[in-house]
Amino acid sequence: MQRQDLRTWLLLVPAGAWFLCMLILPLIVVFVFAFGERGAAGGYVPAFTFENFANLGARWTAFKNTLILAPLGTLACLLIAYPLAYFLALRASARWRTLLLILVIVPFWTSILIRSYAWIYLLGGQGIPSLLNALGFGNPRLINTPFAVLIGIVYGYLPLMVFPIYVALERLDKRLLEASSDLGSPPWRSFLQVTLPLSMPGVATGSMLVFILLMGEFLIPAMLGGGKVFFIGNALVDLFLQSRNWPFGAAVAVALVVVMLVTVAAYLRFTRRWAGGRDDVSLM
Amino acid sequence: MESNPKSVIGARATPIAELRDASKHYGAVVAAQGLNLTIRRGEFLSFLGPSGCGKTTALRMLAGFERPTSGEILLDGQRVNDVPPHQRPVNMVFQHYALFPHLTVAQNIAYGLRQRRPRPAQAEIARAVDQALETVRLPGFGPRRIWEMSGGQQQRVALARAIVNQPKILLLDEPMAALDKKLRRDMQIELQTLQRSLGITFILVTHDQEEALSMSDRICIMRGGRIVQVGSPRELYDRPASRYVADFVGKSNFFPGRIAEVAAGRTVLISAGGHRISGLAPVEIGAGRDAAASLRPEQIALSRKGNGVPVTVVNRIFLGEHTEYLVRNGDLGEFLVLVSRQAEAAEGGFGPGDQAFAAWPEGTALILGDD
Repeated sequence: MQRQDLRTWLLLVPAGAWFLCMLILPLIVVFVFAFGERGAAGGYVPAFTFENFANLGARWTAFKNTLILAPLGTLACLLIAYPLAYFLALRASARWRTLLLILVIVPFWTSILIRSYAWIYLLGGQGIPSLLNALGFGNPRLINTPFAVLIGIVYGYLPLMVFPIYVALERLDKRLLEASSDLGSPPWRSFLQVTLPLSMPGVATGSMLVFILLMGEFLIPAMLGGGKVFFIGNALVDLFLQSRNWPFGAAVAVALVVVMLVTVAAYLRFTRRWAGGRDDVSLM
Repeated sequence: MESNPKSVIGARATPIAELRDASKHYGAVVAAQGLNLTIRRGEFLSFLGPSGCGKTTALRMLAGFERPTSGEILLDGQRVNDVPPHQRPVNMVFQHYALFPHLTVAQNIAYGLRQRRPRPAQAEIARAVDQALETVRLPGFGPRRIWEMSGGQQQRVALARAIVNQPKILLLDEPMAALDKKLRRDMQIELQTLQRSLGITFILVTHDQEEALSMSDRICIMRGGRIVQVGSPRELYDRPASRYVADFVGKSNFFPGRIAEVAAGRTVLISAGGHRISGLAPVEIGAGRDAAASLRPEQIALSRKGNGVPVTVVNRIFLGEHTEYLVRNGDLGEFLVLVSRQAEAAEGGFGPGDQAFAAWPEGTALILGDD
């Protein structure tokens, strides 16, 4: 018994060490920095002040953009990914399914940076706008708008949403749909009453993945938002690397973590209730 | 039942369901071929056969999950080939119950009623659910979650979920396959009682011959997608049309051989070693054809001396009221003999290695073709 305990602990050491060094310690450092002061040449000088937090309002636009576009982006991903995952899991033949699943992942083989450049071109003056212009839709501006950022988000994060939902739908016991039909429910009502609630774990997982990553996103807004639509992630890059105001950057980071925790907790509560109070609705 | 009395009287003559030359093919695979069967109002009918014999396909065609490739399915005199499952007045108890894991026991049972349009009042549904729970002897279990229920309880919930809709036919797809033996026995008795009290037609699919024999009014035996024989358990047991049926219904010994004489009501078969075995051939077989004589273990008697074929006792199994002996004869091979407690008391018990004589009354064998 004791030997087994020892073995269990030994097996946990790598993961534990990783969490401690890569997650907990940095978080503590960030937390401590958030109460410090900026040195004359930037960086951090030990102090205890709430000034950085009082100053958060200066980055309100970044918070606002993130808090609007991250949920909106998650929702857009969900609305596009669900029908796709549904088709893949329940309608596509086995042969097509594999092929289509691979097609969903293929974009991941190229760096997001390169793919975003492609979108800069597509959304820029030479791309879709000129096409729309030729078709007589005026001269719409796409690049450097929230809409461009949203497109980038959906494009980059869709697979992260598709896969958990696909797995949930794939695992769904198809006999439940037969049972629903047998009990007098037409197909669309079976979807609402059986398929949708039972795929909620996948929806929750996908939404969490996309949402959490989006809250820290900086590449897509930087490239497709052109400095006009910036996220907290961009503010952080700016504070730490450009203006070298580490304490204020740390305060913004702490605020982001708090906002994220609150949103995620609220979301999990909501989905759990929706899926009938089951315990297995969680990140997994 | 909510159907009006007039139509019931008018419909009494029409069978509750009918398969007319119904076939189901999946590409080149034949799941069911030319099924013809009339299901009587209020009967308990079983489809019996090994897996892949087409019994589940037959049930699924009645439920509407499979559309026959050719032929017709009739429910209550109406052709329903093109009626989707959700519009058919039948309900099914699924093999693994297929209970909704995200709903409570009560919500599961209420599911069918809630699909009706116009939707019945909340109170009415609640009353029906309570009554259904009462019927399957699970009162007060409504608020429970499905995963909190044992296998036997889940089975009852599945049953309640189906019968609460008062279907014209209740379809049961191997509903007891997942239960242990004791529980299965109890459930069989309960199902039978329920069927009588509800008066609903039950159609059961099973590969368990004991289950089919003990519960059904009629059994439809299937093999390779076709119906082999339909009849009451007694008919199938006493007058199997083929060796296949005799083998499937109850235990039987088969002695292969060739038909020597065919006379009115009596066919004689010469088995290996020249033994003459005579009996009735339910389906006529011409002289010179290969066939098998079937003798049930209880038809054969065992004695120490006297007439009959000489045998050596190989094994004995004590079954309580009876003892089952496995005996061997040089020509006929090994076969089973069932000896009652009284007979054994008169004759004295036999042990492995003992010499004895096996005999059966002349003319009591069944002479059967292979199919």
